[in-house]
Amino acid sequence: MNIHEYQAKEILNGFGIPIPRSRVALTADQVERAAKEMGGHCVIKAQIYAGGRGKAGGVKIVHHPEQANDVAKELFGKKLVTIQTGPEGLKVRRILIEEAVEIAREFYVSITLDRESSRYCLIASAEGGVEIEEVARKSPEKIHMLTIDPFTGLRPYQARKIALALGLTGVVCEDCVELLLNLYKCCLERDCFLVEINPLVVTKAGWLLAMDAKMSFDDNAVYRHREYPDMVDYSQLDPLEITAGKYDLAYIKLTGSIGCMVNGAGLAMATLDVLKEFGGEPANFLDVGGGATREKVAEAFKIILEDSDVKAVFVNIFGGIMRCDVIAQGIIEAASEVKCTLPIVVRMDGSHVEEGKKLLKESGLNVQIGENLGDGAAKIVKMLGQGG
Amino acid sequence: MSILIDKNSRIVVQGITGRSGLFHTQQCRAYGTNIVAGVTPGKGGIHIDGIPVFNTVEEAVRYTKANVAMIFVPPPGAADAILEACDAGLDLAVCITEGIPVRDMVMARAVQQDSKTRLVGPNCPGVITPGQCKLGIMPGYIHKPGKVGVVSRSGTLTYEAVKQLSDIGLGQSTCVGIGGDPIIGMKFIDVLKLFNEDPNTDAVFMIGEIGGGAEEEAAHWIRENMKKPVAAFIAGVTAPQGKRMGHAGAIITGGKGKAEDKIRTLNDCGVTVATSPTRMGDAMQEALGAAGTSPAPTTAKPAAQKKKK
Repeated sequence: MNIHEYQAKEILNGFGIPIPRSRVALTADQVERAAKEMGGHCVIKAQIYAGGRGKAGGVKIVHHPEQANDVAKELFGKKLVTIQTGPEGLKVRRILIEEAVEIAREFYVSITLDRESSRYCLIASAEGGVEIEEVARKSPEKIHMLTIDPFTGLRPYQARKIALALGLTGVVCEDCVELLLNLYKCCLERDCFLVEINPLVVTKAGWLLAMDAKMSFDDNAVYRHREYPDMVDYSQLDPLEITAGKYDLAYIKLTGSIGCMVNGAGLAMATLDVLKEFGGEPANFLDVGGGATREKVAEAFKIILEDSDVKAVFVNIFGGIMRCDVIAQGIIEAASEVKCTLPIVVRMDGSHVEEGKKLLKESGLNVQIGENLGDGAAKIVKMLGQGG
Repeated sequence: MSILIDKNSRIVVQGITGRSGLFHTQQCRAYGTNIVAGVTPGKGGIHIDGIPVFNTVEEAVRYTKANVAMIFVPPPGAADAILEACDAGLDLAVCITEGIPVRDMVMARAVQQDSKTRLVGPNCPGVITPGQCKLGIMPGYIHKPGKVGVVSRSGTLTYEAVKQLSDIGLGQSTCVGIGGDPIIGMKFIDVLKLFNEDPNTDAVFMIGEIGGGAEEEAAHWIRENMKKPVAAFIAGVTAPQGKRMGHAGAIITGGKGKAEDKIRTLNDCGVTVATSPTRMGDAMQEALGAAGTSPAPTTAKPAAQKKKK
């Protein structure tokens, strides 16, 4: 689960991490008022669920409130296309206005999960303000990494080593130690997958400030934080992905025309791969969960059909111990309810598979049975007239 | 012979009185798995389907000599269940539970690594030694006893692979679903090591997916150490960057974790990679043929390396 920059900064500030003076605005007039408060000279930052905003024109420095108003008018409602958004871009609906700060030095710090060691890992670099992947590729020696022992936690001496490696000395160095310890505390208490400050700056006056921040929460731990669901900005998400989330389905919109329903993430990915191999273009990734139930299958079917790009549906369920006749019943019910006339190919495996196939054949739907994965993919592509 | 579990394994089911815990306990028992005990705190003393239920794993071990745990405890208590299995000194804990918070797993994994207990999962289909012991949620009927070891990060895609293997007469020694979470117990290499040393495993089929670098690590280990032919499939060749494909682990970020890189590395390390999920069985057949150890009936099919069109 992702949140906006301003929300991440508020949370960090709650852990004693200093952030610039700022306001969030929903209208150009609010932006202008906030800019006036900051003394006119400030930074306007579009709030979207993606990085790379600077290069895409989503971050601008202004010098007086009227200029802030003009910039805001231009940004609100605009679809920002950055290297992380994909070609469709993300609409700007919230703007962060921040005091302009005189920066002396910029750093990168983050804490994230390291799968290899199964532990949290602190990453820091004196090359701040740029993409860290870029730094890692070009000059890996400039990246400092520390694996954190879950029993001792991050210790002050370890944080100090990192701060010194960044070239900090004296009071700022000790400020940085405290900041890193608080960052780890925040990561644990808020169940983060990632907390990143980039850049972390030292101002000309000698203060540390988190100028930009990114935070993503562990979806599995959302149940421990009642406030999280309210923090989601639904305008940044695909409406169908939101509906799918309600039913605990993993749905991702893609660009093709074949709607896909599969149980299990690995098999779902493999199904997309097969469709492409046969010359078809999948319209979505949809995982109904390993143990697909009749209710979930029915909901999934409706979500797929709500996408007007979908011209045919491919169902691939390796039920295993799920009964195929029950799955078939779910498909038939959902298809009849939404009066689906599109071509459907169903590939099923599991117990009671013959009964399931019989039900589908007698359902009166425009449905064919795929005998196996390849056969199913070939049939759906043929029914749609795609491929070679 | 097999790895991890066989007909002598004595199973304790943690979370046996839950809905899916009980359902799958019954399924496993019907397959022939020797389930000797269940654990649900607060329900110690009852019997469920004739299986004695205890309050703690330690008690279960004391009274029934259980040596392997199958865990169905819901996410909030699942990490604790893993810790309890380790504390009781079991040989193996297989955790099926999906959705355990990462922070809990960091702790559980750190303790488990220093214990004598092996961990498979969480968020996995489980482990099966066909014809002897089924420990998990996979459908038993698609498996056949044989000599191919299977190791996979996926669930239902593993069933697809196993079915293809069984259909062309390649039975399995043991199938291990290591799970799709970012923090798991046994990784590809840990399982490959066991298969390498198991006299009744002749070859290995490995199923990976986008995200992380586990498949590349495994590939390098195979090149250096593996004495047996290995075939593989990687799911997600067509997955877009930056989109999380269901599993918490399955995401391509910053250009890392791409399927094509994994496939190239595996090929470079001598692994036969199926170019399509429809030809996983054929890829295994081909790897066995190339190694000259082909014990299987040859049902001629197009070579796995060639594109269909």
